[in-house]
Amino acid sequence: MSEKNTIGIPTVEEIKQAQIDFSPRCTAAGRVNDKETQKMVDYILNFARKHSLFVLAYGTGCGAIEIPATMTSRYDAERFGIRGAATPRQADILMITGYLSTKTLKRVIRVYEQMQDPKYVIAFGSCTINGGMYFDSYNTIKALDRYLPVDVYIAGCMPRPESVIRGFVKLQELIQKGNAGNGECYRENLDWYRENQQKVIKNWDFPENYNW
Amino acid sequence: MNDIIFKIGGAFLTAILAFTVGMFYAGLRRKITARVQNRVGPPIYQNFLDLLKLQSKRTNVAHGFMGHMAPIWIIIAAMTVLMFIPILQNNLWFENLTLKGDLIFLLYMMVFGSLGMALGAGQTGNPNSAIGVSRGLSQMVGFEIPFVMALVALMLQFKTTSIADLMHFQFTSGHWIILENPFAFLAALLSSLGMFRYSPFDIVGAPAELASGPMSEFGGKYLGTMMTGGAVFAFIKLVLFVDLFLGGAGNNSVEGIMGTGLGLLELLLKTFLFYMIPVFVGLVSPRYRTEQAIQFFWKWPSVFGILAILWALYKNGTLL
Repeated sequence: MSEKNTIGIPTVEEIKQAQIDFSPRCTAAGRVNDKETQKMVDYILNFARKHSLFVLAYGTGCGAIEIPATMTSRYDAERFGIRGAATPRQADILMITGYLSTKTLKRVIRVYEQMQDPKYVIAFGSCTINGGMYFDSYNTIKALDRYLPVDVYIAGCMPRPESVIRGFVKLQELIQKGNAGNGECYRENLDWYRENQQKVIKNWDFPENYNW
Repeated sequence: MNDIIFKIGGAFLTAILAFTVGMFYAGLRRKITARVQNRVGPPIYQNFLDLLKLQSKRTNVAHGFMGHMAPIWIIIAAMTVLMFIPILQNNLWFENLTLKGDLIFLLYMMVFGSLGMALGAGQTGNPNSAIGVSRGLSQMVGFEIPFVMALVALMLQFKTTSIADLMHFQFTSGHWIILENPFAFLAALLSSLGMFRYSPFDIVGAPAELASGPMSEFGGKYLGTMMTGGAVFAFIKLVLFVDLFLGGAGNNSVEGIMGTGLGLLELLLKTFLFYMIPVFVGLVSPRYRTEQAIQFFWKWPSVFGILAILWALYKNGTLL
């Protein structure tokens, strides 16, 4: 089982090895906040944050086709306080809709770092979880959480608007508990993330400092 | 002494009223838009939640001194203009600073906020901001001309440059200026479509085209402050139009706090009805291009403006 098969599917050992090496640093489970430690101010602010989510729907892959359906009349995400944001500066949620080629990943990282804390990432579709149908592609990344901290995954290929709204509601629960938003964790573990990012992005030309 | 206490207290009350009503109207607009599009829509207090969230952002990027000053500038301009608008007539609290010539002063002050926005957006260096600013200033050249014509018509017809005097005339004679000079109202109404910047004149923000234009690089607290300024400005425009054309508010004979309450109720009713005009026009309209928008303002609204001035002169007895 140790030799690689011809089309590049990783073997079980390789996957195990990968999980040991690349287990994501910033997850919702890693930042469990005891409910008793929340003060009244936190409660109110989290209430405002969870009911006012500005989404930057970064249409990387085919999943972007589900976003208009979610936002418009039939499924109406605005009743949860979810609305589109035009630029990363104004946005709270970065929504990665589908596969990320290494070229797109560079832009996504840059967009993520331009967003203001607290910021959340929703990984959308199978492609962001394990590569999905692009599992053997040479230029797409397979697991998004090695490169960016992800708060909520929405499984499916494609996830229907119901699933997307379920993902938003899950994120709202995490925000109310104080578990969401990994901007600080990303900055603390920046070396680890940068190392992973530089492995796949060949023409690396980012500024040294995290100061956008 | 009592007078000063009423002035200062009234200023605070006016600021709170303008902020609350402006934010609620913005939320109401989102709700109405949703209902027209057969959606449920956000709750009408949604904008307060948005504001609270934006103000509680933990990091905020500024792009230099003017980028830092622009939202503050907008707030200052909005509050300054607000202090010169009489909210209720014959009311100790809500009369605010009334002075001769405040109509002319307002014409200048009302563009002050946009100027601050333009300077701040210019320093961010975002190309979308630059395009948005140039579009906004072009559009302002468009709608200011019929608006000024309408105001000049009022000044000629009633021989005053004070808003309080115009309100007083409507109160004593019982005739609203919408009937005394309908052309001035039409010109001002059409130019108000441009002032509110809803469709078809949303060329400045231009969703899905310019990425919110001048506000592209402003997030967090900066965006929240700008939202507050915008809400107060919306209230200012509505109250100004109600004061000038729809008889103002507070013309009841009830004494004391009941009278104030009734006056505010009347004000809310009138401003809401006026606000629905740009909102509903916006709901059924696509977006103009910049030159189309300017052409629109320089055609019919300007014709109505000229007619308004002629009408004012005729009524005045100086034309014939």
